[in-house]
Amino acid sequence: MEKQLIISIGREFGSGGHEIAEILAEKFGLELYDKNLLEEIANEKNIKLSSLEKFDEVPRNYFFTRSVRGHSNSMAENLANMQFDFLRKKAAEGKSFVVVGRCAEHVLKDYPALISIFILGDWEHKVERIAKLYNMPFDEAENFVFRKDRKRKYYHNTYCKGKWGDSRNYDISVNSSKLGEEETANMLADYIIKRQNRK
Amino acid sequence: MAQILAVTIFLIMFLLIVTEKIERHITTLLCGLLTLVLVFGFCMHSMEAVIHTLNVKEIFTPAFWYHAGEAAESSGSGINWATIIFIAGMMVMVEGMGHAGFFRWLCMRLAKMVHYKILPIFITFMLMSSILSMFIDSITVILFLAAVTVELSQLLKFNPVPVILAEIFCSNLGGSATMCGDPPNIIIGTALGYSFTDFITNTGLIAGVCLILAIGYFYVIFNKELRNTEAVDSSFHPDPKDAITNRKSFAISSIIFACAVILLVTHAQTGLTVAFIGLFIAIVTLIAAGKDALLLLKKVDYKTLLFFIGLFIVVGGLEETGILEVIATFIGDISGGNHMLMIAIIIWVSAIASAFVDNIPFAATMIPVIKSLAVTQGIDLSVLAWTLSMGTDIGGSATPIGASANVVGTAVASKNGHHISWGQYCKVVAPITVLIILISMLMIFVRYL
Repeated sequence: MEKQLIISIGREFGSGGHEIAEILAEKFGLELYDKNLLEEIANEKNIKLSSLEKFDEVPRNYFFTRSVRGHSNSMAENLANMQFDFLRKKAAEGKSFVVVGRCAEHVLKDYPALISIFILGDWEHKVERIAKLYNMPFDEAENFVFRKDRKRKYYHNTYCKGKWGDSRNYDISVNSSKLGEEETANMLADYIIKRQNRK
Repeated sequence: MAQILAVTIFLIMFLLIVTEKIERHITTLLCGLLTLVLVFGFCMHSMEAVIHTLNVKEIFTPAFWYHAGEAAESSGSGINWATIIFIAGMMVMVEGMGHAGFFRWLCMRLAKMVHYKILPIFITFMLMSSILSMFIDSITVILFLAAVTVELSQLLKFNPVPVILAEIFCSNLGGSATMCGDPPNIIIGTALGYSFTDFITNTGLIAGVCLILAIGYFYVIFNKELRNTEAVDSSFHPDPKDAITNRKSFAISSIIFACAVILLVTHAQTGLTVAFIGLFIAIVTLIAAGKDALLLLKKVDYKTLLFFIGLFIVVGGLEETGILEVIATFIGDISGGNHMLMIAIIIWVSAIASAFVDNIPFAATMIPVIKSLAVTQGIDLSVLAWTLSMGTDIGGSATPIGASANVVGTAVASKNGHHISWGQYCKVVAPITVLIILISMLMIFVRYL
């Protein structure tokens, strides 16, 4: 039986973290969990996917939601917990996979099979990449990147003890702007193979 | 200085409760401690105020447990131990009932009685939500009802959201009918010395009339949506008996619940106080639970009890420093001695405030205010008590965060993937809330003025 391997990828917006996750998933022949986690949850609960999408990786709004005896009426918080439960269940079943975001480095920290990675990037490089990808002016892209990262940070820090992007919370943090997505992914693949061989 | 400090602590407490950055019981206990040390100690140098607010002496008086004749009024400001002991006792009883499968059985039994037909389920669940909330805390009622509603919605293929919204509203309405239905009523009843009978013949009457109206309202709005659902094979229908986890515990918890209802309904006649009833019911439940007693005790929501203790101290700080009398004078001044205007102000301010903030701190704060108003403005205290009760209990229904039942109901829906947005919630519930508050106000005008 093959060794279990779980790769969690936290990322700054525009750093190409998602693309790196896709490359790694393909290299190791693993399933990739990102937004598609919602599909699994929607199927399981027999509800429409569209009703969940707008709450994905969104922080809880404390002024418009409340919790009573541990029951929160924040859809964002409940959806986050559904995704965390899903990941824990898959990990407990011994499944191997790559997961993008969703506080996975914290949620799955008790699993020895976990290798946690954080992808960051140079500001200019990230904004240029987003401006090109979304076909928008540079200053607009700057705002977009700033807002997205602020949201991700708030979302992450709501549910995790460690801070988002703090290198102490991840096995490896890497700036993808220096080598590009493909080379960064290759470098990370080497690291993962070495880690697998040491276990 | 003491007044400014007491108000500042109170406002900080409210803000921290709203933001939930710190657990609410820790917030109120810390703010309570600050009140004792800074307001009573540092500013007022008054040990008497500390003793008065902690109010422990009250528990050791016979009148706290039993009184002949009229219901006894609590010693006034400070920690309302009768409320805390009663709520703790009911929590133990409810845990015992839940453990035995009572609530799930009741929901399934009713669904079976109406042959799992959606519209009759909708109406009977609204009624059951109201009736159960008259005696049991609305959080427990909605927790079970909403969960069973979602379960039935998956089996019978209907949208559970309309049913959950109606259950939430009816639960809050049912809670307003009795002294033990909603925490603001328990606080009002124990602090001002009103009995179960006083509530049921006053707020109960208003709630009864409003319940008929509310059921009609929800039926008109949702009957088309709920009618248009496909028929489902009856072999999938659950058997209510499956909900019972232990037959013996089920029978015992049903008997204890019946005893609690009888004791509460007759407490003005028997002279037993709600504190006594709460303690008695808890002891009986624990004895009956045998080896499961520890499990039941562990499940009691101590955080809520601690929240109450801290809250009463902070409100005691406001009262001891005389700030609540200033508010009472202000309400008296702007109403110009007009009793109708005074009632209108209290009911609408209570309703609007309760729609956005926890109604328990609000009710606890307003009790000394209405006491002061009754003395200075010559209006019957009971009229103001019923006004405050209806305002806080019903006003809380208007938004998804106004009352605990709303939060729990929408949370159960959300956890099952049915998000209820503010817009969706308020569009349905806010109009009926406004209408019921208006009717309550008019009924108070007609009956008491």
